[in-house]
Amino acid sequence: MSALRMIWRKSLNYVMLTLTGVAAFAVVSVLFLILGYLIWNGGTSLSLNFFTQLPKPVGETGGGMANAIVGSLKLLFLAAIMGLPVGLLAGVYLAEFGGKTFSFVVRYTTDLLNGVPSIVIGIFAYSLVVLPVKHFSALAGGVALGIMVIPITVRSTEEFLRAVPGNMREAAMALGASRWKTIATVVLPAASGGILTGMLLALARVAGETAPLLFTAFGNRFWSQGWGQPIASLPVMIYTYAVAPYDDWHRQAWAAGLILLGLVFVSNLGARFILARSKAV
Amino acid sequence: MSAAASTIAHEVPPQAGPRAFLHRLRQGDEIAHLITLTFAALILLLTSMLVYELWVNSHLSRAQFGWAFFLTKVWDPNFDNFGAAPFIYGTIVTSAVALVLALPLGLASAIFLSELAPRNISDVISFLIDLLAAVPSVIYGLLGIFIVVPLMRTTIGPLLINTVGNVPYIGVLFRGPNYGVGFLTAGIVLAIMVVPFIISVSREVLLTVPREQREAAMALGATRWESTWQVVVPWARTGIMGSVFLALARALGETMAVTMVIGNAAAIKASLLAPGDTIASTIANQFTEATGDLYLSSLIELGLVLFLITFILNGLARILIVATERGGGRPA
Repeated sequence: MSALRMIWRKSLNYVMLTLTGVAAFAVVSVLFLILGYLIWNGGTSLSLNFFTQLPKPVGETGGGMANAIVGSLKLLFLAAIMGLPVGLLAGVYLAEFGGKTFSFVVRYTTDLLNGVPSIVIGIFAYSLVVLPVKHFSALAGGVALGIMVIPITVRSTEEFLRAVPGNMREAAMALGASRWKTIATVVLPAASGGILTGMLLALARVAGETAPLLFTAFGNRFWSQGWGQPIASLPVMIYTYAVAPYDDWHRQAWAAGLILLGLVFVSNLGARFILARSKAV
Repeated sequence: MSAAASTIAHEVPPQAGPRAFLHRLRQGDEIAHLITLTFAALILLLTSMLVYELWVNSHLSRAQFGWAFFLTKVWDPNFDNFGAAPFIYGTIVTSAVALVLALPLGLASAIFLSELAPRNISDVISFLIDLLAAVPSVIYGLLGIFIVVPLMRTTIGPLLINTVGNVPYIGVLFRGPNYGVGFLTAGIVLAIMVVPFIISVSREVLLTVPREQREAAMALGATRWESTWQVVVPWARTGIMGSVFLALARALGETMAVTMVIGNAAAIKASLLAPGDTIASTIANQFTEATGDLYLSSLIELGLVLFLITFILNGLARILIVATERGGGRPA
């Protein structure tokens, strides 16, 4: 009886452990499946026109997404100049100046903001920027993305500042440097690699956001002048083209998907590279 | 570390009082403190404004429908009659399907990565899984439309109808017309999206379980699996729960991928194969088309509901994860 039970326990052991391996393998293979399918479909649809031409009128084949590529860059620029400084300085506060209760509240709120669904951020930007002027604009899209950048930057900045050894601060202050000089000339440079990584990852994350742009930046089939007009972006174009009934648009959605995924992966890999190098030094 | 630095900073001024304050002000410390404090406070301001805007702009709808908003099954823009019930139902169903599929897969993978795989292989796979978590949701939607939907329409859907559909009780979930789009399809796409979150958080908490726990179990004659399942996993239980809550919060708020594959119909249907809508997908689809203030206000109230749900879930998730990292869960 006990021998039988031993066999049962051992085979259960092998079966379950194998299953966990199969599960891990399945998840990783999904990644390669996604990559492979996207590269195949996107690669065969990609052409020079995609980067240089405007979308053709509905019904005509051909054309490209030049305006959406520039639009995405413009929106990211707005998000960066609005979100990154706020995130950086608030992160400095939490790591270097913060007291107990107020810091806790700020930290908690930051996590809360980080967890707010992106579509709700879109509604917020809509009521802040679009409602008062009654039209969609690049600025509104930038505000939505900028808000999303803030919490990610805050937490990564704080984390990397805290990793700077305390005796570096003490050494600087022992030499007579004031607190802010210590932070600006010793602590921040020491943590710069990590902080930059965090910023890059934050921008990479919002680069693929679609939902908050639907009713802020809206979309545009032409070039958008300045910052006050509706503007096209790659993620919104992918959405619009994918749900439309035209084969040619599907083709272009795949191409745009490939470009977007490439952008996100390259910045993720780049961020890790910067981090690895700054840790090695 | 900063605690040590701050005690030193408090000891430096020779005497307290206005002169020491002026001295520090001249050195710029107070100014720097004030500037960074302002930006930290800006985050609080921004978040309160978010809640305020959602609250104020949903005023019309709240005044008109009150609590009945949550129970009304009709969403009819033509007659200005709005109820959130179909969307709340859709949100819960798709997230539930996603968790049922993603939890076993994610937990098993996390166990493999933390308990079985050699550390360097585990790190490489974790890196790949983190990349998977970085894929924008609109790309999951794209793959959903062109891979999962056709697969559901031609293969999985008919298969489910012909097999599970005939089973008493649970068969109700797999009957009726099969369009390819619907609750189940959205749930599957969501599952693919949240698995990376479950894996990376669960792996982290499993790695914090002390070695001695595993060794003690094995020394008592437990097999590897028994030590994992009866000792390590219960120890990390609260943290794993936290990862599930995080995944759930993400699934509930996910917009694009769901919008693209759920079929967009404001209806409560028993069948998982039927098309539906979630809170987020309704906002995404209808916001720009909303004519009339009450229509817009109702959509914003949907946003408020979504915000409150994710707010509660994220809070719970954080508490659970912090509790595990502090001292480990109590093994049962």
